[in-house]
Amino acid sequence: MTAAAEDPLAAPAPVETPTAPGEPLLVADGVTVRFHTRNGVVRAVEDVSLELREGEVLAVVGESGSGKTVFTRRVMGLVSGGRGTEVGGTVTFGGTDLTALSSTELSRIWGAEIALILQDPMTSLNPVKRIGAQITESILLHRRVSKAEATKRAIELLRSVGLSEPERRIRQYPHELSGGMRQRVTIAIALSCDPRLLLADEPTTALDVTVQAQILDLLADLQARLGMSMLLVTHDLRVVRSRSHRIAVMYAGRIVETAPTSTLFANPLMPYTEALMNAVPPVAGPNHVRLQVIPGRPPNLIRPPAGCKFSPRCPYAQDRCLTEEPPLRDAEPSPLSEPSRRSPSAAPELHQYRCWFPVGSPAWAEAKARNVERGSSAAGTPVTEEMVLT
Amino acid sequence: MTDTMPVGATGAPPAPPAAPTGAAGPRRPGRHRHTARYVRARLTHLLLVLLAVTFLSFVVVDLLPGDAAVVVAGENATPEQVQAVRETLQLDRPLLIRYVDWLGGVLTGDLGSSFRTGQPVLEALGERIPVSLQLAVVAQLLALVIAVPLAVYSAYRPGRLLDRTTMTLGFAGAAMPQFVLGMVLIVAFAGGFSSILPATGYTSFFEDPLANLRSIILPCVTLMVAEAAVYRQLLRSDMISTLQEDFILMARSKGLRPRAILLRHALRPSSFSLITLSGVNLGRLIGGTVIVETLFAIPGLGQLIVQAVFNRDYMILQGALLFVAVAYVVINMLIDLLYLVLDPRVRRDV
Repeated sequence: MTAAAEDPLAAPAPVETPTAPGEPLLVADGVTVRFHTRNGVVRAVEDVSLELREGEVLAVVGESGSGKTVFTRRVMGLVSGGRGTEVGGTVTFGGTDLTALSSTELSRIWGAEIALILQDPMTSLNPVKRIGAQITESILLHRRVSKAEATKRAIELLRSVGLSEPERRIRQYPHELSGGMRQRVTIAIALSCDPRLLLADEPTTALDVTVQAQILDLLADLQARLGMSMLLVTHDLRVVRSRSHRIAVMYAGRIVETAPTSTLFANPLMPYTEALMNAVPPVAGPNHVRLQVIPGRPPNLIRPPAGCKFSPRCPYAQDRCLTEEPPLRDAEPSPLSEPSRRSPSAAPELHQYRCWFPVGSPAWAEAKARNVERGSSAAGTPVTEEMVLT
Repeated sequence: MTDTMPVGATGAPPAPPAAPTGAAGPRRPGRHRHTARYVRARLTHLLLVLLAVTFLSFVVVDLLPGDAAVVVAGENATPEQVQAVRETLQLDRPLLIRYVDWLGGVLTGDLGSSFRTGQPVLEALGERIPVSLQLAVVAQLLALVIAVPLAVYSAYRPGRLLDRTTMTLGFAGAAMPQFVLGMVLIVAFAGGFSSILPATGYTSFFEDPLANLRSIILPCVTLMVAEAAVYRQLLRSDMISTLQEDFILMARSKGLRPRAILLRHALRPSSFSLITLSGVNLGRLIGGTVIVETLFAIPGLGQLIVQAVFNRDYMILQGALLFVAVAYVVINMLIDLLYLVLDPRVRRDV
């Protein structure tokens, strides 16, 4: 994996330009999820607002524990309030407020208009049911078709996700297929009722690296062909570089930066985004780059640090970062303007970030110089010249 | 003494092998051959088990203090009479010879006759087996019919009222000795408070179906309570862990309603240990249930065996043990075959 050119996940081509902005399909507004546990309140998702337009691919990127999975499930309604779970904010899908629906009403939308793909295809298929039955189940539930028609559709779906011998596959059980083939089956299940929105939660993380690229390309191809919107959740920035229109970076349950994919890669403003980029092999450039590890761990979501949640791990952290949490702000027109009140649908090129010392700004250069000089950040994390060579 | 753990119950399902590549072609025809080979292996196994069980019981009964000839001849018999009985019953011959002799009889369908009554063993068994079989099967079915819905709902809403209530009641039922429970039931339904059911006795189904059902209700309930409690507990916890699985989340995200998820997706993968246990229990119950049979005066296998031991009635005892062993092994074989139906992952490994 040292040779960037051979990395099958690396983006081969320049980032595609976003398609003409459609209407907002999904609007998450101030989504908050807290789990009350014996040890305290886990603030899994804090005040996340996002928009996803028709036909758009939005990538949600973050480390494990950043709240991206919980956010996805909350968007769908799979995580709901009650029994120690506290939820807030609204999720509007195609004009309907999902958070106001009953579970019966939600289940009419699930599978039909919003579909989900999970991380591990080894566990996301029922081991004792035939592949065919697992696909037709969804079709029979949401469409008025006969069993024979549903089976025909299942075979077509399997063919469209690139499985050979679909007529035989529908009679097989999950354990008879490889991981990559199983993930193709779960994609077929997700697409069985032509959903308008596909939520893919780390769809390739559990797969072999070579298979990962195939599955991602398949998803990108299907998304474009069917005109679906897709929320692609991943921890791997390489995965989304050529396959998303916008990226939202999550950290400690919050959005810390969001921008069109090309803008984000060209001009990351949040040090965490920059760190994520340095933690994976670059697409172009020298073959043997030393990858940078992000020091420390994701924050404890029960007792998150005061101030900026990334400050304990940030090489540029200053005193202000430790005490005062930066709001989500617009990068344009001026980087240090007021907290953002704009929404991405109003401005598709919107670039928002959450940092007092945005990467590349004069304040950032000063902060960097100060930390290098004293050999540590304001939080006490050791800082060397090498670490901040960007 | 016998390997009663079905292949599927030995822990985690076998790791799925690499899938055949697209060009590998169908491989179905092997399945029936696999099953046939499995049944053959199991039957060979059964033979060994039967030899071991019957020989051991021969030895153990012989080692029991007390002389069968004395018991059979009666307390006041003279030594000559005892000797005559001993010769008639051929008890003077060495153990191994008697065993081989008995075995030869079994192979020709002759299980001998009772030492005491002279009744052919086959006939005695023929009277008792249907009774024990009916009791065992009805009690098992009752336990499952009651436990499964309670377990499924308790797993769906753990910690709620139904879960807590049935758990408490179940513990109480399981903790109560069978004879106490039986007596409570008799007092409640066949005596003290009401007498809607007969307290004791057994009527054959072919004689009077209604009376038969009435006569087995109390014994079956007595047998069933502790098992239903255990089944509920077992299935509930297996179900709860199945409900954590990703494929359940997938099923939810398809828009399936809770009832379909529980019954169509979660129940079958959760039922393997329940099936194993109920197979073991069924085998055990068929062998007779002395306490319940005695309490309700039911002429089952359990009583027959106990009496045979007290009477040193070797022939009856041997015949009954032979049947119990066969029943036990056959039932567990059937359970294993059931696994092949329920869990496709096991099929390739048999």
